[in-house]
Amino acid sequence: MSIEREHGAPSPIRTAVPVAPAMEEKPPLVSQPVSAIREFLNSRGSGRLADSSFAALMLVCACTIFLIVLFIFWILIKNSHLSLVAFGWKFFTREAWDPVSGDFGALPFIYGTLMTSLLALAMAVPLALGVAIFLTELCPRPLRAPISFLSELLAAIPSVVYGLWAVFVLVPLMRDTVGPFLVKTLGWTGFFEGPNFGVGLLTASMILAIMILPIISSLTRDIMTAVPNSQREAVLALGATRWEMIRIGVLRNSRIGIVGAVMLGLGRALGETMAVTMVIGNHPDISKSLFAPGYTLASVIANEFSEATGDLYYSALIEIGLALFLVTIVVNAIARLMVWAVTRGAPARVS
Amino acid sequence: MSTQPIQAQPLGDPRKPSRGNVLRRYTADHIVSGLAILATIIVLAPLAAILFYLIYKGASSLNLAFFTHVPAPVGEAGGGMANAIFGSGIILGLASLMGIPIGIAAGVYLSEFGRGRLLGNAIRFTADVLNGVPSIVMGIAIYSLVVKPQHHYSAFAGGIALAIMMIPTVTRTTEEMLATVPHAVREAALGLGVPKWRTAVSISLRTASPGIITGCMLAFARVAGETAPLLFTAFGNQFWSFNMNQPIAALPLQIFVYAISPYDEWHRLAWAGALVLIVLIMVSVTLVRIFANRGMLKGGS
Amino acid sequence: MGVGIQVEDLNAWYGSNHTLQDINLHIPANHATALIGPSGCGKSTFVRCLNRMHETNPIARATGVVKMGDVDIYREASPVEIRRRVGMVFQRPNPFPTMSIYDNVISGLKLNGFRNRRVLDETVERSLKQAALWEEVKDDLKKKSGASLSGGQQQRMCIARALAVDPEVLLMDEPASALDPVSTSKIEDLIFQLKSLYTIVIVTHNMQQAARVAENTGFFLNGKLVEFDSTHKIFTNPRDKRTEDYITGRFG
Repeated sequence: MSIEREHGAPSPIRTAVPVAPAMEEKPPLVSQPVSAIREFLNSRGSGRLADSSFAALMLVCACTIFLIVLFIFWILIKNSHLSLVAFGWKFFTREAWDPVSGDFGALPFIYGTLMTSLLALAMAVPLALGVAIFLTELCPRPLRAPISFLSELLAAIPSVVYGLWAVFVLVPLMRDTVGPFLVKTLGWTGFFEGPNFGVGLLTASMILAIMILPIISSLTRDIMTAVPNSQREAVLALGATRWEMIRIGVLRNSRIGIVGAVMLGLGRALGETMAVTMVIGNHPDISKSLFAPGYTLASVIANEFSEATGDLYYSALIEIGLALFLVTIVVNAIARLMVWAVTRGAPARVS
Repeated sequence: MSTQPIQAQPLGDPRKPSRGNVLRRYTADHIVSGLAILATIIVLAPLAAILFYLIYKGASSLNLAFFTHVPAPVGEAGGGMANAIFGSGIILGLASLMGIPIGIAAGVYLSEFGRGRLLGNAIRFTADVLNGVPSIVMGIAIYSLVVKPQHHYSAFAGGIALAIMMIPTVTRTTEEMLATVPHAVREAALGLGVPKWRTAVSISLRTASPGIITGCMLAFARVAGETAPLLFTAFGNQFWSFNMNQPIAALPLQIFVYAISPYDEWHRLAWAGALVLIVLIMVSVTLVRIFANRGMLKGGS
Repeated sequence: MGVGIQVEDLNAWYGSNHTLQDINLHIPANHATALIGPSGCGKSTFVRCLNRMHETNPIARATGVVKMGDVDIYREASPVEIRRRVGMVFQRPNPFPTMSIYDNVISGLKLNGFRNRRVLDETVERSLKQAALWEEVKDDLKKKSGASLSGGQQQRMCIARALAVDPEVLLMDEPASALDPVSTSKIEDLIFQLKSLYTIVIVTHNMQQAARVAENTGFFLNGKLVEFDSTHKIFTNPRDKRTEDYITGRFG
């Protein structure tokens, strides 16, 4: 069968190829000794045992993460057994907290935790969104890195340092300046009644807001950056102003992710201990006034755990810890799922 | 076919926005820009304020005595936080020894063996969730596990509490960094007959090592400032302690105790201690930033 | 010295995708064999089955018999053992970024535990000379990183790295496709000189390259081996019409 060469097709062969019969083996030119290298390599084992043991070891280490969570859960349940049995679900609806008589109820702490966290969110979320919008859409390029670095530094400040600053700077500020101002302007709402010593729900909410800002803002930034530029361009091409482009092209697409970021901030606020303990007043009261001292779930543990005499007292505090553990796990799980849904599993920066 | 006269558009051509509408939209745009800038300033202001106060109140107390003496008895002037700095070093050393190897190994598993598998995804998710658990919960859990049965606080317990906080962070950053190693490089090693475990250790880990070290430093900086988990494990100590099995002082713990105390002298020490702590942490964060950039360039394709 | 490879009824899958169907052929020792065919026809998969690299993908599977010399590589040896006897050069150069040129070339030895300094030095020189790279880098062996060379140099270094372990078979998966013409011709010269020492299998989509360097050629199409014969025969008088169509450029 000969080839009908197409007109103009290049000849397939340009150089002569050795015509030696293709299927025969060429006898070795010289019988060479097997080189030292080949001998060495052939003597090495298959590595199967090492591979399996290594993989097993890595797996065990990876599973410690599961183990840690399970272990915390188990030990908290085990040690709160007394309190669980004594009070049941009513533990979270009763207002008592009397170590002397052995009467425990966690409602004041739940109130304090929720109030401070929600207030902190109310203050932090608009600010965090503003910073995120500024950094991703409005900020001139050379300023972007320094400012985001600064907000990273904010996230790195330990809780106790925030608390220290709050005790000596924020509290006097609230007591002497901000407090009276609020009474004058918003006193009619009834949220600012009673004596103002600078410590209380409002101060705690403020320091909490400062602390959760970086995490909400940096996650929101990640989410906004994940929105493809084509979305922005599409909206701009329709004649939108810059804010409209942000609102329609970016924010609308990242709604779910931003809610996730906010929830992560909430999770952080719920569990924040040191700074809050230092400025909340540590009094298990439920009061409408934001100047009143309060108590959070985390603070009561921090303050009273080492002095907890008696098994029931200890057990009640552990039960509060258990509640905190479960709530933050649920909030964080939902939040992570939302953030993941938007950034498609690109791991969120751990802050 | 229509013989009706064409009605003049009564409200103006809808394609041309009215002047009022344009003005409103541009005003809104400017207001929002202004608010965003304002928000940024408000957010950065506390950072400036905190740093300012730390330096203002703490710098003057930073003398040699601060770094070499233990706290003076109540009411007496002078003294320092040397034992707290040392104690923090011990606890952090213990935590790193326990937490970093496990974290890196878990990260190696997730990256080299667990890609796309259900177990891998579950572990990844759990690590992220564990990061959000309040540190005080870790503290009371370790208390119940170690301190209560032993009937005494210990540096060792503090180390464990901080170690379990380090593990999820180290795991995730190790995994992220290993993912930046191009698959072609692994294939080159496998093609040479290098066993999978050796490829993971000598090739993948080595290539990603700048980033992994960065991740460990991040985790270290994060737990260095933690107080809550140490409240009921390491507990604190007014004196030098070299025994892992006894309570030991720690810098953040000492700052907390001093800050809420009624003594001015101790307040002064608290500010100084906070300044030292902040400087150490900020140096770590800055180093991390520098290394992260270099690591990316070196470890990437 | 190289060994011959005998392939019987080789089938390969990626997940549910049947990438190779009933491949039968004999690759003679100490010859260069080229594998040609359009994109996606399975020639890369085939070559990866020869050193069991196909398995590194978790959803990959292969059945059949592949014999290197006397050894059934799937049933009588482990992947690691086979890969030590077979060198592989990939489409894109993949030097180890954290290693110097010296360390890159002897990585196959060092990572498998070889320690003799003198032999390592000799091996580096031998391999780089075989890869025609020695003159260009001999002064910077330990100073320069493997990734700092040009593309063509990197690929020759990868060839040197594959040769350093003294393999019996050398597999090359489109080794010059990412390179400029000058580097390409250097690599082709290399293959021409090396084929008396090793058994070489080269995958290429460049038919002229196959004609230049290989004694035998196999034509793959849609996962099947359509024809396998001496290069001369394939290019002047192919038996199958599909081969003829491909060679004359009707498709692919």
